[in-house]
Amino acid sequence: MTVSLSNPLVMMVAKRTALGFLLLIAISVVIFAGTEMLPGDVAQSILGQSATPEALANLRAEMGLNEPAHTRYFNWFGGMLQGDLGTSLSSGSDISEMIASRLSNTLFLAGWSALVAVPLAIFLGMIAVHYRDGFIDKFISMTTLAAISLPEFFIGYLLIMFFAVTWNLFPSTSIIYEGMPFLDQMTAIALPCATLTLVVLAHMMRMTRAAILNVMSSPYVETAELKGLSPFKIIFHHAFPNAISPIITVVVLNMAYLVVGVVVVEIIFVYPGMGQLLVDHVTKRDVPVVQAAGLIFAAIYIFLNMFADIMAIIANPRLRHPK
Amino acid sequence: MLVRVANGAWAGLFGLMSNALEKRSIMLVHLSWGARLGLLGLIVFAGSAIFAPWVAPYGPDEVVGDVWEPISAQFWLGTDQIGRDLLTRLIYGARNTFFVAGAATLLSFFMGSFLGFLAAVRGGIIDQSLSRLNDLMMAIPTLIFALVVLSVLPVNMLTLILVMGVLDSTRVFRLSRAVAVDIAVLDFVEAARLRGEKTLWIIFREILPNALTPLFAEFGLRFAFAVLFLSTLSFLGLGIQPPEADWGSMVKENKDGIVFGIPAALIPAGAIAILTISINLVVDSILSRTTSLKGGRG
Amino acid sequence: MSHSTQVTRDLNRTENTKAAPPLLDVRNLRIGANISFPGEKNHHIVIVDKISFQLQKGHVLGLIGESGAGKSTIGLSAMAYGRGGCEITGGEVFLNGEDILSFNHKSIRQIRGVKVAYVAQSAAAAFNPAHRLGDQVIESALEHGLMSRTEATAFADQLFDKLGLPEPDKFGQRYPHQVSGGQLQRAMTAMALCSKPDLIVFDEPTTALDVTTQIDVLAAIKHAIRETHTAALYITHDLAVVAQISDEIMVLKNGKTVEYGTTEQIINSPQEQYTQSLVTVRSTQKPVTESPDKTPLLRVENISASYDGVNQILSDISLQLHAGQTLSIVGESGSGKSTMARVVTGLLPQQQGKVLFNGTPLPAELKRRDKEQLRRLQMIYQMADVAMNPRQTIDQIIGRPLEFYFGLRGAEKRRKVIELLELIELGEKYIDRYPAELSGGQKQRICIARALAAKPDLIICDEVTSALDPLVAEEILKLLLRLQEQYQVAYLFITHDIATVRAISDTIAVMYQGELVRFGERSQVLSPPYDDYTDLLLSSVPEMELDWLDKVLSSRRMQSAGH
Repeated sequence: MTVSLSNPLVMMVAKRTALGFLLLIAISVVIFAGTEMLPGDVAQSILGQSATPEALANLRAEMGLNEPAHTRYFNWFGGMLQGDLGTSLSSGSDISEMIASRLSNTLFLAGWSALVAVPLAIFLGMIAVHYRDGFIDKFISMTTLAAISLPEFFIGYLLIMFFAVTWNLFPSTSIIYEGMPFLDQMTAIALPCATLTLVVLAHMMRMTRAAILNVMSSPYVETAELKGLSPFKIIFHHAFPNAISPIITVVVLNMAYLVVGVVVVEIIFVYPGMGQLLVDHVTKRDVPVVQAAGLIFAAIYIFLNMFADIMAIIANPRLRHPK
Repeated sequence: MLVRVANGAWAGLFGLMSNALEKRSIMLVHLSWGARLGLLGLIVFAGSAIFAPWVAPYGPDEVVGDVWEPISAQFWLGTDQIGRDLLTRLIYGARNTFFVAGAATLLSFFMGSFLGFLAAVRGGIIDQSLSRLNDLMMAIPTLIFALVVLSVLPVNMLTLILVMGVLDSTRVFRLSRAVAVDIAVLDFVEAARLRGEKTLWIIFREILPNALTPLFAEFGLRFAFAVLFLSTLSFLGLGIQPPEADWGSMVKENKDGIVFGIPAALIPAGAIAILTISINLVVDSILSRTTSLKGGRG
Repeated sequence: MSHSTQVTRDLNRTENTKAAPPLLDVRNLRIGANISFPGEKNHHIVIVDKISFQLQKGHVLGLIGESGAGKSTIGLSAMAYGRGGCEITGGEVFLNGEDILSFNHKSIRQIRGVKVAYVAQSAAAAFNPAHRLGDQVIESALEHGLMSRTEATAFADQLFDKLGLPEPDKFGQRYPHQVSGGQLQRAMTAMALCSKPDLIVFDEPTTALDVTTQIDVLAAIKHAIRETHTAALYITHDLAVVAQISDEIMVLKNGKTVEYGTTEQIINSPQEQYTQSLVTVRSTQKPVTESPDKTPLLRVENISASYDGVNQILSDISLQLHAGQTLSIVGESGSGKSTMARVVTGLLPQQQGKVLFNGTPLPAELKRRDKEQLRRLQMIYQMADVAMNPRQTIDQIIGRPLEFYFGLRGAEKRRKVIELLELIELGEKYIDRYPAELSGGQKQRICIARALAAKPDLIICDEVTSALDPLVAEEILKLLLRLQEQYQVAYLFITHDIATVRAISDTIAVMYQGELVRFGERSQVLSPPYDDYTDLLLSSVPEMELDWLDKVLSSRRMQSAGH
């Protein structure tokens, strides 16, 4: 297939990618505006209530707070793009350094959770479809409905209660550090990973079930059945190619949800990741760190959504084989 | 006794609302056992929140026992990290949880559905700008957005209600706009336009009655979500601030006991779970029994 | 040529009748379904009740009936398949002497796609969007090991050619969304024929097509099954269509057999009253009226319209309609006939031209028309289901125009609503019901009453009978004619159905691709000399005659030879 801009598929993907970047820029404006325009004064929060007006004025000038908002935005976002995330107000250290190791920790945890949750959810979804309207399906449906309603900390503490305290199988706090042996790392993240898996599993499984059922009830699956094809062939040759796009969408959307769920789970298990960093610095009102961490979370979220849309575009035969 | 009064009141209220919605298709007698269980849960929680001073065995801030006493006849759910009765705290905490989550949901509904209907009916540039702004807001995960905003705003109940309400209204906007757009293209709306009916008549007499069921179900889901969201914020220390407490902050207060095998934190966490499950059961039942445009029976 | 196939076919028939058993022998078939509304007990309903028939090799049996008659369900039972909760609860289905209902899953798979194949109503949905047409067509032949891939592809190309598909050797390379609806329907027939089955079940294969496309597909199907000596169950609601293709016909109603006989007997001497009414379904005919010589009620002058400002949907249309008369606008999908209605109602302001009502121009935009102008022009829709607010009672639906235009309230309004209900032959007992509690025909009557409540001069009827079964449609047309006589209301009738046009029009406008092809008095429009399109359109409408299709095809062939 030659790649040219006249191909609607290439056009759509290009458009969606451009939209993703546009969205990212818009989000950066929103985050910047959200923190800078709202009432509250960064200089005041650094120096405290007892600061003299002169000290405040000096600090403001030093931090460039007297410059117009759009100049400050461009300096901030320009720095972001070059990897310069600024300095923390509370500790004075370089935010890029603070974030680097924590980001990889968070991605490590989220990645392993996804690796467990995705195949499990798809498998359970298929089981539910296979036994649809039977006891197993209803049971799975009821339990997942319940699981969707559970707060992360309920699942997390329940797991700690049993697996860490009662049976003493895994640590209740997940401390990991560089150079830690792989097996120890796995043991450390076992419980947070299980919590995250349970949190996204139910939703992902329900949506997978719905996506497969939708395809299985379509007339072309009936056509395949009336051709006397084997169940195996019907599912893998006729249903699967059409179900793959909705399932990818389901999976990626839940990955995006996982990115958010990780914040709470990190707090529960005192895991040294981005989420904990974000929450700590919101409490400390350390705006530059919050801006940087918020933007990174939003960027991951936007990227995942963009990826889901692009996969859906690619999977559409109408766009792949234009008239 | 009080529970029975509350029970009656809620059943009556629910009956009225559903009657208005469905004329005769949802009635309590028709509800599945799951939905009845959910309704019972809601009634118990709401009733004890409303009548907290009469129902609760102790005062909310009263230190009545030792630290983390186990469940006993005296303390039905045990005591907390400084010796206050957990059941009492739970009952009073329910007030904060219900109030903030409820107010935020109402706010999100009024904002979201008004703007959503407006966008659908007026179309054109109003629809375009509202929808794009909404897409933008929804592109940031709600929790992250809330955390960013709460890093600069004073954390109090009003801020919480506003932040949660505004962020959640994006979801309501999307739903109500979609529902209204779907209805607005139907022939009976066109027939009303051809008759010469005014825009307000079309919104309130033709579109709204057909949009109520999905919106009502969405209200339940949004409320459940608001309860979870508020609890999460409180758990992170950014929600309801001490000395006030809600269920989320009670989890935070008692979480250190977990590693010693003390289940106190699990009790408020479980209460949140039961509440949201109850709401979901009721909503699920409403959604499964009505498809938005059948009317009459079915 | 058609003569020689007829002869071979007759020869086959005599051979086959000697060689018992029949290809398909259905005995006392019963099919039921469990229907459950949430919160209510399951109902078991009987869809098909004690149906028996036999089909010889190479013969075609037509199953005909209205919606809900159970005809598709019977067709699928020949493949031992129950769709969407339908369950075969009794009887036997013998295929080549074997009771296929007693087969296990594996043996049934050896029947489906091999001995019996299926052609669905909507080929667009029945083809898998993810695979090429060719691969789908040869799939069952390959899967069941009937041919090698090369053989199957070559045979598929032959079938594409036989079915008149363009570029038969390349057609299989295309994806379903890349070809037209009529071509897809033929490709589906090729798919059924590809594994050389003994029997094909055709489930309304031409219903979704335009009439000029239908005749080509019908001819292609007829040609292909005759050439290959394949037997067929042909399911349709259109008796005239099935008469062209089948040897025998079974008429069904509510899951029961009404009449079963040879096509000749059913068409020419139907025994049962129901069959008779189907054969003579278009008995209504509006008497010829004099065209009055005064200002027309509606006058459309040089109208051009477009939805996006680029693609012209209507170009330069001029029409007129006199008070108390009926103007039918007839055309196929894409002809612009519905757009015409939207322009007249003001929903789509025209780009050029004028709409005159009683000699005064109507404002192009709906917003700028006054209440009186709106009142005098009412509309009835195709889908009565969605034309009424499901949350309003009949009282509210019919009462609203009374209140809105005439300010009627309370008892007076209710009395008037009852009067209107009686006028449309429904009566007072319906007044507090919801639309969902009425049948399709009753709903359309309510819509008529709502339009009448405004005491209009003109009612636009947009395909008002197309969603209804023929007998119900006939009743609605009779009602409309009676009301016209009684109230001197004019109708602007938008339809694709020539039979309806013949029945009710005073004047007729034929539209094709946004242009007015022909316009005039009924007798003048419907008699020669014709322009090319009207000729094609009129000759494509199936007639209740046994050899109508053959006649039309041969006359077309002669014409094209002559040109």
